[in-house]
Amino acid sequence: MQKVILSQKKLITLLSGIIIVIGYFSRFILGNVAVLKWALIIASVIGIAPIAIQAYQALKVKVVSIDVLVTIAVIGAFFIRNFEESAIVTFLFLFGHYLEQRTLNQTRSAIRELTEMAPESALVQTDSGEFEEVDIDEVDEGDILLVKTGDKVPVDGTVLSGNGYINEASITGESVPVTKSKDSSVYAGTILENGTIQVLADRVGEETTFGKIIELVEEAQDSKSEAERFIDKFSKYYTPAVLLLSFLVWLISQDIELAITTLVLGCPGALVIGVPVSNVAGIGNGARHGVLLKGSEVIHDFSRVDTIVFDKTGTLTVGNPSVALKVVYGKNPDEAVNYLASVEIESDHPLAKAILKETKAAKIYPVEETEVVKGGGIVARVDGHRVAVGNVALMDKEGIELSEKVKEDIQEAETSGNSLVLTAVDGDLRILMGIRDQVRPGVKQDLKKLKNLGVKNLVVLSGDNQGTVDVVASELGLTEAHGHMLPEDKSAHIEKLQKEGRIVGFVGDGVNDSPSLALADIGIAMGSGTDVAIETSDVVLMNSDFSRLPHALGLVKATANNMYQNIALAVGVVLVLLASVFFSDWMNMSIGMLVHESSILVVIFNGMRLLKYRLRGSRKRQEVKRVKTA
Amino acid sequence: MQKAILKLETLACPSCMQKIENALKGLDGIEKGSVKVLFNSSKAKTAFDSERISIEEIEKAIEDLGYPVIKSTVKAA
Repeated sequence: MQKVILSQKKLITLLSGIIIVIGYFSRFILGNVAVLKWALIIASVIGIAPIAIQAYQALKVKVVSIDVLVTIAVIGAFFIRNFEESAIVTFLFLFGHYLEQRTLNQTRSAIRELTEMAPESALVQTDSGEFEEVDIDEVDEGDILLVKTGDKVPVDGTVLSGNGYINEASITGESVPVTKSKDSSVYAGTILENGTIQVLADRVGEETTFGKIIELVEEAQDSKSEAERFIDKFSKYYTPAVLLLSFLVWLISQDIELAITTLVLGCPGALVIGVPVSNVAGIGNGARHGVLLKGSEVIHDFSRVDTIVFDKTGTLTVGNPSVALKVVYGKNPDEAVNYLASVEIESDHPLAKAILKETKAAKIYPVEETEVVKGGGIVARVDGHRVAVGNVALMDKEGIELSEKVKEDIQEAETSGNSLVLTAVDGDLRILMGIRDQVRPGVKQDLKKLKNLGVKNLVVLSGDNQGTVDVVASELGLTEAHGHMLPEDKSAHIEKLQKEGRIVGFVGDGVNDSPSLALADIGIAMGSGTDVAIETSDVVLMNSDFSRLPHALGLVKATANNMYQNIALAVGVVLVLLASVFFSDWMNMSIGMLVHESSILVVIFNGMRLLKYRLRGSRKRQEVKRVKTA
Repeated sequence: MQKAILKLETLACPSCMQKIENALKGLDGIEKGSVKVLFNSSKAKTAFDSERISIEEIEKAIEDLGYPVIKSTVKAA
């Protein structure tokens, strides 16, 4: 019986609404007062049933819930024969509840979309060699699975045979399909857009990367900040306190009406729901845009960050040095380029790659008598000529004369942050190359956005030499730049910044800078959602798109503000209601309930705004990407 | 000890959490410190001693409060 009544709450709400309308219709149009009275009585009785059942269940487990307050109030109103109040209060409470549930589902939609991307079934090879569809929970590590075009990859695993294109947007945020063939790794939750593959399951269920992401987001949306825990504790004692207060009101004033009105007005209403809705909507927005936020504590701390520290390599720059400057001297420059390429092709120095990319078309000669000069470069015999490739020190050592023109060029190249590679053939300097790592496109605008969002200090700590770091810093307008930094220097520097009273966010790739990620007030891992990054950081930017960073900061600020707005609104409503019941005469139970239910809807709608949050001036690129994934 | 994750129908009021939490904690065979009700994901998580209580009994306790259990998974802890 109880269950039937509870499961028909929607119907009961509708019914009680209709009966109330019929009652008023007959009163004001037909002038029949008796019908109104009976209509209100019936509406009260059917309306209070589900509320009273819930109140009873709550009391059984020693919780004084809102249902308890409302039930007592309605019974009280019934007792003093104020059927209008009892009917309307129950109806508003039920209807408000229905709307709450509907709108709450909205705020949770973004995260639900994510969890719905989880695979549900898989084609598993049976002992007979056939493939059979089974529930995802029944797949074990070591099983061999078949994935067909359009299917979701059900596990993290290795391709055994076949090939195809996989869209890994759910893991990396990158929607450009990736080719997979034998021995490639595939990830659960990604989609095989083309082809057929057989996969050996390495990790299943919650152990997969995607499973971990889902768990993280689910835990995050329900994680509680200090403030929330306080509110929780507060509301545990709050409802009994309201009960006590209204009892005192009754004892002192002997006015049942006033006492039960106090009961309804004192309902905590929007207070308990305000913070969770902001939280879930904010985290949901992040999840949709490739920003994983680990809970409301993170949102709070991140929104107060005033210093952001970058680990330069791969974060601000493309991480792939290229020739930015090339000057040739003397006649027959092609020949010199050929010699340079011939020497570099045998080298595994990082700059060699950049040079070879530049000299693609070169003719390669056999190289003899190669001699590596430590801290200088390479000297070798190519096509009968003595070729020296290296820095200024090597040229000195080789006794090569540098003209004024060359000296000027060198000076200029160095001040603009290039690493120099000089090439001399038979004692004459022939080529000067300046090699530089490029700043990522768009990073400059993104850093400006961070400043606009209130970040005062932008710091780069890098292992590169100070000259290179300075160039990047001045190009990007950073406030501090330090080169020659080892991982332990970086964490020491973060500690120093924190001692100065700054709130530090550290952006790194999560692979070799986990101490700094953990030490900073907010650790932000950038790059693909690798296990390490997910575990050690507070915020994960799912792919290496730098523009997610200002979005993330803007989002947490908006979310934190949203929470404060909701708390202020909720507390304000209760105070105003209670004040007006004692100090004015227009307040009654129905108005109180209406205000309460509306304030709950207002905080939910306010939270919902976060789902659509987008940093002003965001680049169009994101828009395009989202259309592609959709 | 075993771990149970119960997926519930959408929870709408935060006091539902408290009810479910208290109800679970009141059951015999439930590890009290492990009970966790997730409001936004509408899930309940708990560790329990399978010799003293079954998953069906846990489900029943929650359903008796008026919150239908959609799906439950049990894992060895």
